Amino acid sequence: MLVQAIIKRILISFVTLLVVSIIIFIGTSLLPGDVANIILGQMATPESLAALREHLGLDQPPHVRYFMWLGNLFTGDLGMSKAGSGIGTVGTEISVMIVPRLVNTLRLAGMVAVISIPLAMSLGLLASMYPGSRIDRAITFTTLSIISVPDFLVAMILVMILAVQLGWLPSIAYLSGSETGWQLIRALLMPTLTLVTIVSAQIIRMTRATILNIMSSPYIEMAILKGVNRKRIIMRHALLNTVGPIVNVIALNMAWLIGGVVIVETVFAYPGLAKLMIDGVQTRDLPLVQACAMIFCATYVILLMIADMASIISNPRLRHPK
Amino acid sequence: MAHILEVDQLKIDARKDDGSLTPIVKGVSFNVKRGEVVALIGESGSGKTTIALSALGYTKPGLEFTSGEVRLHGQNVISMPSEQKRLMRGQKVAYLAQSAAATFNPALTIGEQVTESPVLHGQLNQEEANQRAIELYRALELPDPEILGKRFPHQVSGGQLQRLMAAMALCGKPDLLVLDEPTTALDVTTQIEVLKAFKSVIKQEGTSAIYVTHDLSVVAQIADDIVVLYAGEVQEHGSAEQVVNKPGHDYTRRLMNAVRPPPAAGQGEEMTGEHEREVPALEVIKLSAGYGKKINGVPATRVLKDVNIAIERGHTVGVIGESGCGKSTLARVMSGLLPSSHGEVLLDGESLKPDLKNRKRSELQKVQFVFQMADTALNPRQRIDQILGRPLEFYIGLKGGGKRKRIAELLEMVELPQDFAGRYPDELSGGQKQRINLARALAAAPEVLLCDEVISALDSIVGANVIELLKRLRKKTGVSFVFISHDLSTVASFADEIVVLYAGRVVEQGQVDQVLSPPYHPYTRLLIASVPELQLGWLEETMETQEAQAGIDRVVQITDIGCPFYDRCPISIEGTCDKEIPPIRHFDESHQIECHHNENYFLN
Repeated sequence: MLVQAIIKRILISFVTLLVVSIIIFIGTSLLPGDVANIILGQMATPESLAALREHLGLDQPPHVRYFMWLGNLFTGDLGMSKAGSGIGTVGTEISVMIVPRLVNTLRLAGMVAVISIPLAMSLGLLASMYPGSRIDRAITFTTLSIISVPDFLVAMILVMILAVQLGWLPSIAYLSGSETGWQLIRALLMPTLTLVTIVSAQIIRMTRATILNIMSSPYIEMAILKGVNRKRIIMRHALLNTVGPIVNVIALNMAWLIGGVVIVETVFAYPGLAKLMIDGVQTRDLPLVQACAMIFCATYVILLMIADMASIISNPRLRHPK
Repeated sequence: MAHILEVDQLKIDARKDDGSLTPIVKGVSFNVKRGEVVALIGESGSGKTTIALSALGYTKPGLEFTSGEVRLHGQNVISMPSEQKRLMRGQKVAYLAQSAAATFNPALTIGEQVTESPVLHGQLNQEEANQRAIELYRALELPDPEILGKRFPHQVSGGQLQRLMAAMALCGKPDLLVLDEPTTALDVTTQIEVLKAFKSVIKQEGTSAIYVTHDLSVVAQIADDIVVLYAGEVQEHGSAEQVVNKPGHDYTRRLMNAVRPPPAAGQGEEMTGEHEREVPALEVIKLSAGYGKKINGVPATRVLKDVNIAIERGHTVGVIGESGCGKSTLARVMSGLLPSSHGEVLLDGESLKPDLKNRKRSELQKVQFVFQMADTALNPRQRIDQILGRPLEFYIGLKGGGKRKRIAELLEMVELPQDFAGRYPDELSGGQKQRINLARALAAAPEVLLCDEVISALDSIVGANVIELLKRLRKKTGVSFVFISHDLSTVASFADEIVVLYAGRVVEQGQVDQVLSPPYHPYTRLLIASVPELQLGWLEETMETQEAQAGIDRVVQITDIGCPFYDRCPISIEGTCDKEIPPIRHFDESHQIECHHNENYFLN
């Protein structure tokens, strides 16, 4: 039953990805103007446009282009840039443009995850252990305030305090590519702090709510009446049952860290993947946009799949069928 | 010291949102002697659970001890520091809750939960505790005691889980057990076994117990002393013998009157037949249904198989059986909430579409559903007049003054005051909500009412009043009822025909008097024998009989070969009953039994 549920979940993810690829393809096809227009610009004549379109394969019917694109995607060939955005020029391979940006994004997301997940879960746990106490109210108030503020404002406030007032950290996080060790960490610190603040606030609230919900269930009351101490009630009786919801909120936040942090990247001039995609949109570099969109969607689908698997595996009914 | 527990002028208040206090327990005193079982009996709201929990120095959130003492071995548990309370719980006093299904942590093994308390308190090491648990499983007659501890709560049946909770409570060898309605959620057949197991294990361990329940018949089987509570005050206190046989207080007598007599012939209503017509109001023919994905038209989990029932106009058909036998599924198929996989549902002789989405509005109007839980069936954000007004608009097209007039009539019909129209469901008591639930179904002016366990969640006195109301409504309106209940006594007092379901099949059906008198299907006999009677010593007498031996709780499954009741049946024929589907034996135009034994066997 467990294996079945997991296989089913994997198949669903696969189908979701296929559907997403169709949507992305149609979506980018709907954008007005095409690459040929952009490349030729002022010099465009009907003849030269037609010739270039034929050369780029843009004259093929849409479904043929879709399958060509999908086939290339599966073999790891993301195609060539058709406008040249970011670091590339016309004809640069997309993968060459994407890989360094993806590394930057993963670096940042990794640092945020390593700090925020343990921090947020402990704070959520702490708040739920003493509901209504001063520490709980402080945590609840702070997290709610942070969630209510847009992310760029959080970034600005941190810059104002740490970079402008105190002068401890640089206000931008530009990477030349040669930084190592402490230099790299120092450059990443500002965006990391911003994202940790935002991501933790959500995870803390979710952890607290989930645990409190479970703490009011009859089997916790039973544990109290059996004389089990508070620590064991939370660590042994409650936590096991909170895996599903908490892993889900963590996965959603991690997916957001890969694809949704464009504003924070912009504030700190950080060369991440989300910013590359925006550049691609501005130059109508459709293969680049498609590739970035696929990466973001795949991240969401895969992370949510992992989260769902965690809740499937943590469900005793599926793990130990009758 | 003779007294294990002394409850002395105990007062407990509830703190409302605005900070004001409402008294819940108003100065209650009683004692529990060593080895004695004291029952706290009363309706919901009587404070019985609150008082019982005070023996553990615990109150539900929102409640506060205001004065008085609860002394365990002479020590006041209310004023104890919390660490001392924690050490006392599970070791000196243990608690058994109403629903074992909710009380066991789904993520931990049974063994860990049963042995947790004594191991944590350092009474036993893990090895000794496991050993003790296995002994207790044996004493409670649980299957596979050696490996039971490694299983998870969802892997055992409800009745087994209930007994496992007793093992969990007893593992730490407490001096006092607090049992909170531990058999209320069980089928009668399972209840008997669990009661017997509790009784013998309490005796064997020599523990004292507080037994909380609303069911006098159950109390009569297990208690030495009875404390009758009403609204947080003691009404009567005496030995079980004295309270049951010579009740001194008016309220106790009212409680006794609400106990329905054991089911027997002659309790059903005489039907006049004045509303009857040529075709039945509702009829199901060769009906099969179930849940899950259908493969070749057969659902993955089959619940009903080849069910034939006709409900004549103005008649009441009671549907009875243990949980899981398909009672509620039958009502869901009749209403179209669950489309059948095979067979037909006829309304006034005309075939209905299986799915309610395809049924005509006039067809929907004629079959109305009354759900068990009025709490969840009524929208808490709608006023009563909105709840009742919706079907009036939708089915009958009433608006404005006409609608208001009809709402007033409906409220009068269910015997509620007119000003309830402006209230919200939360402002009503459980019984009042159930009346609104009924009125909502009646608003559609239906021909058939499907009542699914409508009084199961109500206290006995309130439930008895609702039954009286239903009888009056039946007489006045000529509506046909399908009355589903696991409680045979209720069905016997209200229905004129009974359908006995077992594993999705009709094993016996007929007039109430026919079903409740011989010849019986062996399963019907078991059901009748299992209904507790308000009589001391009933449990012991019943356990002696052959019928009760068949009550051992097992997983009941729908079968294609043989009789589903085969492995519990005291009169089964090996080689026949386990191989062939039993034929239907007709004793009368209306009375039939599905069994391999023929008519002559039953009549002799």
